[in-house]
Amino acid sequence: MSKHINIKRGLDIKLDGVAEKVTSDSSSSVFALKPTDFQGVSPKLILKEGAKVEAGTAVFFDKNKPAVQFCSPVSGEIIEIKRGAKRKMLEIIISSDNASTYKKFSPNSSSREEVITSLTESGMWPFLKQRPFDIMANPSDMPRSIFVTGFNTEPLAADFDYALYGQDTDFQKGLDVLAMLTDGDVHLNIHTERTASNMFKGAKNVVTNTFSGPHPSGNVGIQLNKVQPINKGEVVWTLNALGVTTIGKFFNSGKFDVSRLVAVAGSKITRPKYVKSIAGAKISSITAGNIDNSNTRIISGSVLTGTNVGNDGFLGFHDSTVVAIKEGNETEMFGWMTPGTHKFSNSRTFLSFVMPGKSYDLNTNLHGENRSFVMSLEYEKVFPMDIYPVQLIKECLAYDLEKMEAMGIYEIAPEDFALCEFVCTSKTEVQDIIRTTLDKALIDLA
Amino acid sequence: MSDFMSKYRPLFEKGGKHEKLAPLFESFDTFLFVPAHTTLKGSHIRDGIDLKRTMITVVFALIPALIFGIWNTGHLHFAALGEFTALGDGMLEKMLFGLEKVLPIVIVSYGVGLGVEFMFGMKNGHALQEGFLVSGMLIPLIVPVGTPLWMIAIATIFAVVIGKEVFGGTGMNIVNVALTARAFLFFAYPTQMSGDKVWIDTDGGAVVDGFSGATALGNLASTVALDKSDPITEATMQMFSNEGTYSLYNSFMGFIPGSVGETSAFAILLGAVLLLITGIASWRIMLSSIVGGYVMGMLFNLWGANAFMDLPAIHQLMLGGFMFGVVFMATDPVTGAQTSKGQWVYGFLIGFIAILVRVFNPAYPEGMMMAILFMNVMAPLVDHYVIEANISKRLKRTKLTTSQS
Repeated sequence: MSKHINIKRGLDIKLDGVAEKVTSDSSSSVFALKPTDFQGVSPKLILKEGAKVEAGTAVFFDKNKPAVQFCSPVSGEIIEIKRGAKRKMLEIIISSDNASTYKKFSPNSSSREEVITSLTESGMWPFLKQRPFDIMANPSDMPRSIFVTGFNTEPLAADFDYALYGQDTDFQKGLDVLAMLTDGDVHLNIHTERTASNMFKGAKNVVTNTFSGPHPSGNVGIQLNKVQPINKGEVVWTLNALGVTTIGKFFNSGKFDVSRLVAVAGSKITRPKYVKSIAGAKISSITAGNIDNSNTRIISGSVLTGTNVGNDGFLGFHDSTVVAIKEGNETEMFGWMTPGTHKFSNSRTFLSFVMPGKSYDLNTNLHGENRSFVMSLEYEKVFPMDIYPVQLIKECLAYDLEKMEAMGIYEIAPEDFALCEFVCTSKTEVQDIIRTTLDKALIDLA
Repeated sequence: MSDFMSKYRPLFEKGGKHEKLAPLFESFDTFLFVPAHTTLKGSHIRDGIDLKRTMITVVFALIPALIFGIWNTGHLHFAALGEFTALGDGMLEKMLFGLEKVLPIVIVSYGVGLGVEFMFGMKNGHALQEGFLVSGMLIPLIVPVGTPLWMIAIATIFAVVIGKEVFGGTGMNIVNVALTARAFLFFAYPTQMSGDKVWIDTDGGAVVDGFSGATALGNLASTVALDKSDPITEATMQMFSNEGTYSLYNSFMGFIPGSVGETSAFAILLGAVLLLITGIASWRIMLSSIVGGYVMGMLFNLWGANAFMDLPAIHQLMLGGFMFGVVFMATDPVTGAQTSKGQWVYGFLIGFIAILVRVFNPAYPEGMMMAILFMNVMAPLVDHYVIEANISKRLKRTKLTTSQS
């Protein structure tokens, strides 16, 4: 039963440097597989430094779910394993041999078990996430339903309509495969204005729900909450259109092909556009010759939820956006008193509110200092779920499991609170609070 | 300026000569400059607003009431002495006199309050939190102009320490800080806080015949015990007619005795417009408080047991601290209800109780203060029930799905 849902409480932040719909190629000589891209995964290496790999060769697996393997995006050699504090594995660096030889898989979609085996041994499985806890899905669960978001509403993020253009058969194949994984429905969520492509509108074997309204309508968690809220004890798997297409491509070709179009955007990018690249590629290969690198923050992912990776970092496994914006490491005299026509605020305390539709060059300045919660109903303006955000966050800080459970902890993910964090007067690190709490609750409730 | 600050910064850093004064330095620095802090976790970009911006907006919203209060202090002073009795006369003299009386209160309130905040800041090692920027302006506006400065100082210390810091500072307090100061004055020095002398500063001059310095509510309260047909009652109610001292027009514009900033509904509404445009204050609370007060006023009209009850509901709202409380006190986000449904209930009850207390208990003509303080304490309870409703909705949903499967 498909639904139409209008999201009223939200915010579209208009930023300078939206990627133009043109595409160019890029080639990276080094790649990285980052265990930190996968929530809830404890990596265990299969291969060592110096090992030769093909695209699709398993590099490490998850200790919690040993069947799930994580594969090299390209063919070449593992040259370094970077570790952080407590020997936490951060990056597995692979130098590409530019030959692009793929490991041969013969994916089988004849039964649910075959599909799961095909996905887990090929490194495709990690595209599937689960609610509750917003972690990688567990192959031994039976999800109530699977939710796919077909559009991206984050500021400057890649437009799936363009980035996945022409991959209709792969997308449909992906949906067909997903349908085998659940005894419930696969929900494909599209936007009334942003989604134009027939690839989404005409998708079969799914329940198509339409959304309208601003960000976070594109967040799969919001869609889930509106269409079919998740209850205690239920599991729903979620992924985005990019994941579906990549899975479909794998089933059609038998290759571990995680190439994708990446939106390169932001005010520090000379010519914002789309670049063809591969998950794990070095950022500098994507931004090459197209970036002003002085005092710049480069983010893999969106400005709201992405990771600060720098030009020498690597594109995240799930990411199809790279944003470069100015670092806001400058003081501003009486900045809290000036009219502020260049500042963006969801409140109307800056004069800029008289210019709706204006696009801003926002930097990474916090615009203030961390304080206790003071304002009320500020988060609610940008948080469309039927959950009381501030009260839930306070329970998270107090870590009262029973209360958190009652107030909807199973329904949320950090990304759903990104706008709350953006608008917060008290500069509370909301996403971090939610992530930390989810990780802790995952252990305590297991 | 920036160089100047960075030159002295090392003195205040850890291990520096004035390490203990770091919160002071930090506060001054962030007063001058929005710091260069960048986002480390989560969202890479942030909204331009911060607590300083929020608080300064409220202070701006208070300015019309402050300016009017200054003028009115002067106006009533001269009116009591029988000089410049026309509204437009002696503008300059009235303003100067008002400034002379009101400015010291503002200075004492800010000076003492910020001093206490700094002491707690130094003790706890954090910079000044901005909450008092507003409280410091609210306190002078809700006291009678005749309040001795030492009383204001004591009340401010009490409010900041007991009302706020013991709970953990800005954002943690249970009851409104400025109202705590007002309540302290009201209960500690009742004689100085009521009667017909404190509202007007005559500077020792003789009051002309026929001039009453009592507040409208004080007058009304005196009629409650009397019969409606009592000559005193009738004389009092005459003052509330269209030609009287406390006519609806005068009450709305604020040409009547009262606490410094509370008399003019007009000036307060100017501030309300700013708060509503910027979205700082909750329109739900403002609207529901006014509705609550109006409903109670109407109920009293229907009942009509005494002359006070017969006062038109709209006139009730214009008197005393009602409008000031609605716009600036009830909407305090920290002490008010924090859910949108809760805010409707919270606001409505504030208005309702304010009028109720005012009419039923002549000893507390300032029902608004009581109503807001009471509802501040009740706000968490109101929110609790709103959230419980959400919780049980979720629980019901869970039960429904488990029973189906």
